[in-house]
Amino acid sequence: MTERSFPLPSQLEAVPGAEGWEAMYPYFSRFQPEDDQRFWFYNSMHFPEVVPAFDGITSEIPYTAIGANTARLFSFPTTMGIEYRIVNGRVYITANPVLDEAEQGARLVDFQERAGHYYANWDRLYGGWQQRIEALIADIEAVEVPELGVLDPIEVVTSARGFASNHLLREQFHRCIDLYSKMWHHHTEFLMLGYGAYVVFFEFCKQAFPEMGDQMVARMVAGMDVTMYRPDDELKKLAALAVDLDLADLFVEGSDPAKVLAALGERGDAGARWLAALEAAKDPWFNVSVGDGFYHHHLSWADDLTVPFAALPRYVEQIAAGQDLTRPTERLAEERDRIAAEYRDLLDSADEQAAFDQMLGLCRQVFPYIESHKFYCEHWFTTRFFQKVRAFGQLLAERGVLLAADDVFHLRHVEVEDALADVMLAWASGGTELGGRHWQPIVAERKRIVEALSTWSAPPALGAVPEALNDPAVKMLWGITQETVEAWLGAEDDDGSTVRGYAASPGVVEGVARVLLNVNDIGQIREGEILVCPVTAPSWGPVFGKIAAAVSDIGGTMSHAAIVAREYGMPAVVGTGTATARISTGDRLRVDGDRGVVTVLA
Amino acid sequence: MTSTAPVLHFRDVGLGDVPTVGGKGASLGELLRAGIRVPTGFAVTTAAFRQAVEHLTVDGTTIPARVAGLDPADAPALAAACADLRAVVESALLPDAVAEAVTTAYAALCDECGDASLPVAVRSSATSEDSAEASFAGLQDTYLWVRGADSVLEHVRRCWASLYSVESVTYRLRRGIPETELGMAVVVQRMVGARSSGVLFTRSPLTGDRSVVAIDASWGLGSAVVSGDVTPDSFVVSKVTGEVRRTVATKTRWHRPDPSGSGVVETDVPGDLQHRPSLSDEEIAELVAIARRVEAHYGRPQDIEWAVAESAPAGENVFLLQSRPETVWAAKDAARKAAPTARPFDHVFNVLGGKRPSEG
Repeated sequence: MTERSFPLPSQLEAVPGAEGWEAMYPYFSRFQPEDDQRFWFYNSMHFPEVVPAFDGITSEIPYTAIGANTARLFSFPTTMGIEYRIVNGRVYITANPVLDEAEQGARLVDFQERAGHYYANWDRLYGGWQQRIEALIADIEAVEVPELGVLDPIEVVTSARGFASNHLLREQFHRCIDLYSKMWHHHTEFLMLGYGAYVVFFEFCKQAFPEMGDQMVARMVAGMDVTMYRPDDELKKLAALAVDLDLADLFVEGSDPAKVLAALGERGDAGARWLAALEAAKDPWFNVSVGDGFYHHHLSWADDLTVPFAALPRYVEQIAAGQDLTRPTERLAEERDRIAAEYRDLLDSADEQAAFDQMLGLCRQVFPYIESHKFYCEHWFTTRFFQKVRAFGQLLAERGVLLAADDVFHLRHVEVEDALADVMLAWASGGTELGGRHWQPIVAERKRIVEALSTWSAPPALGAVPEALNDPAVKMLWGITQETVEAWLGAEDDDGSTVRGYAASPGVVEGVARVLLNVNDIGQIREGEILVCPVTAPSWGPVFGKIAAAVSDIGGTMSHAAIVAREYGMPAVVGTGTATARISTGDRLRVDGDRGVVTVLA
Repeated sequence: MTSTAPVLHFRDVGLGDVPTVGGKGASLGELLRAGIRVPTGFAVTTAAFRQAVEHLTVDGTTIPARVAGLDPADAPALAAACADLRAVVESALLPDAVAEAVTTAYAALCDECGDASLPVAVRSSATSEDSAEASFAGLQDTYLWVRGADSVLEHVRRCWASLYSVESVTYRLRRGIPETELGMAVVVQRMVGARSSGVLFTRSPLTGDRSVVAIDASWGLGSAVVSGDVTPDSFVVSKVTGEVRRTVATKTRWHRPDPSGSGVVETDVPGDLQHRPSLSDEEIAELVAIARRVEAHYGRPQDIEWAVAESAPAGENVFLLQSRPETVWAAKDAARKAAPTARPFDHVFNVLGGKRPSEG
């Protein structure tokens, strides 16, 4: 009998046409020979597509922040941080456990002091966080790409500033990177503690009620005033306003947002009022990414109105037909409280009920952070960050170093600094940038590599089968447990018509599959189809009004697809590992959200 | 001894009457008091048992003395002695008072139900709280579709005689349970012409989860489910959301009343019924509602036998045949107790802290 193992990193076959991909990523992200003995799983939740060279920063910096938080700041007893590797453009991760009991004990003492401080002062500290993160957003908005004219402005001289504007080129670019790093530290500041509280309640529920679906725990905890729902809510308000102002005729499926805006401009006062409402809604609620905030090409709604304007016609139609699209928060809250009260009553002692109350209370206290931080971090801040980097790309294009602004995303962030130094020198010396000759072939080559790598089907896991998985984030966020690992291992034994994952939202439904690998194809979804995707992002909310069920490759019960599917009351199976690879658009599917099984019927 | 009456109607007993009418009898009375639909009937009390058995002798020795003199290690002698004892208990004439009381009670039951030869179930009803003892000691006898007073009397005696099976006697001898404390009641209950029947637990028998009701159901009499002659349908219902997880089995065999009018036969389920769920959604919902009332009445999880009558109209057709406390998980509950902590977040330290000091 051969020992069970996933494909070994050292034995992955090269992807034709992608030779040299390694240069796109830092040396410390490459698989090492000894990594064959460790368990790695594909983080397709955050990195469903090939990572362009610059976007490597969205793994490098988050993992420096998360690990620092668990390992060095709060001293989580059983886990250090997450290590990552990039192969063929895909990000694989593993958690470093603390296995030595004495070390766990020592770490626990510090954990109690440090985490205790945060838990005990949660509301006050979280209030401070809100201010800090908004200040960071203001800081990134304030970053300016310096103008490099023939002469620096006279004020530089009269104010005796003492340094020329080319200095600011590197300083301001650095500031982008530094702010991005700081944002990620703040992102994780409360997150792992929040997951910790959630895991505790989750495990209590699972022990007391082993038959309880994972989604039930989330339903008992869910907040009602959720920031991530706001963009979609704003869209519904705009749709209602369009109906009120007699502008419904302008919102028809397939219209170009620019043309709709132009037509609104010609509708007098009503059109002006609607456009004013749009502007008000945009700040801040359209600062939501069409993705999950890990790729430069995931623009915000404000940057690209395609996604919100694709959702508007349907909302307008529904509201015109008399439907009430507002979230029934009161009913949802009552239902949430009823469920929690009934489970509480089923516990058989006052002690257990008191423990339940404490755990649920703590969960509800930490949950607003878990539900809301993404809007500020991955969406608002990150879409601003990429726009600033794009502005530096624009400068590089204007100076002839690159052909187009977006080509900057094919350089690693340290390479961008090189290119900027080139500009700084050329501007100073009166010479010419040498980067055009150097960088343009590299960019062209990397575009080819990204294209070639996009055909690679990334295995859900690599390396050794793990003996234990005890990192709270790995379990709650990625939904990876011993059972997932077993399912991945057993995937080859299936007859090919069944895909298994997490039962994330109950119900059984049949329908036609629509496989979406890229968020930009979101417009292809038709009414009543079953969405099959690597992972969904919060801004996909409007799509959930159309589909009959959702299936994703990655994600646990706290993943976005699961949360939104429950909200919309549709079946969802998440964390299947292989759904997008094994299901094709047009397949007839049965999605069983009670058992976590997707069956291809024909 | 609370009563010396040889026979008590279900309506006259409750949970406190286990010593006289046994666990089954007391539970059926208690269910009636709680307003639960159970098939009507009566219990032949432990007093009747004593009156019937105490004067019996085998070879001039009283039965308790005879049993006390047996050696559980001497299998052949034990088997022979038990056969003698059972023959005596099964065949001896009943004291007139006992025979008359049972005959009268049966006649009254026939009147109550409007059927002169009412089919009944005759089942032993143990006084022991210990279910292990009850099962090892062979106290789980059930005779279905019994008709006529003479047949009822005969089956009551059979239930009593089962106390003298080799297994039962060996169990008592090895445990040192004195014969003088021996008592057994018998329940005589109107037979429900069951379209479907089965068992249910007010918690998961697999995981102990108290938030679900787990129903096993099949066509015909419940004996097919209890005996394992059929793989039943399984319905696991959430008490909180009402969601039903259903597994509809292929039910090949069923137990039905013998066409002769008495007794039970096991035959093939007609093909068109085999794959169909044996309960409707409404029946599942009603069973769950009843089960939860019973559980709330007793204040602890229950193990319930039930039937859906063939003839009664929907809404009046679900009957409980028996309810007893669930014991397997009850014992494990004590082992997994959560307690409040000084501060809510101390739970986090306990769970994420690695090895817990309290676990030694």
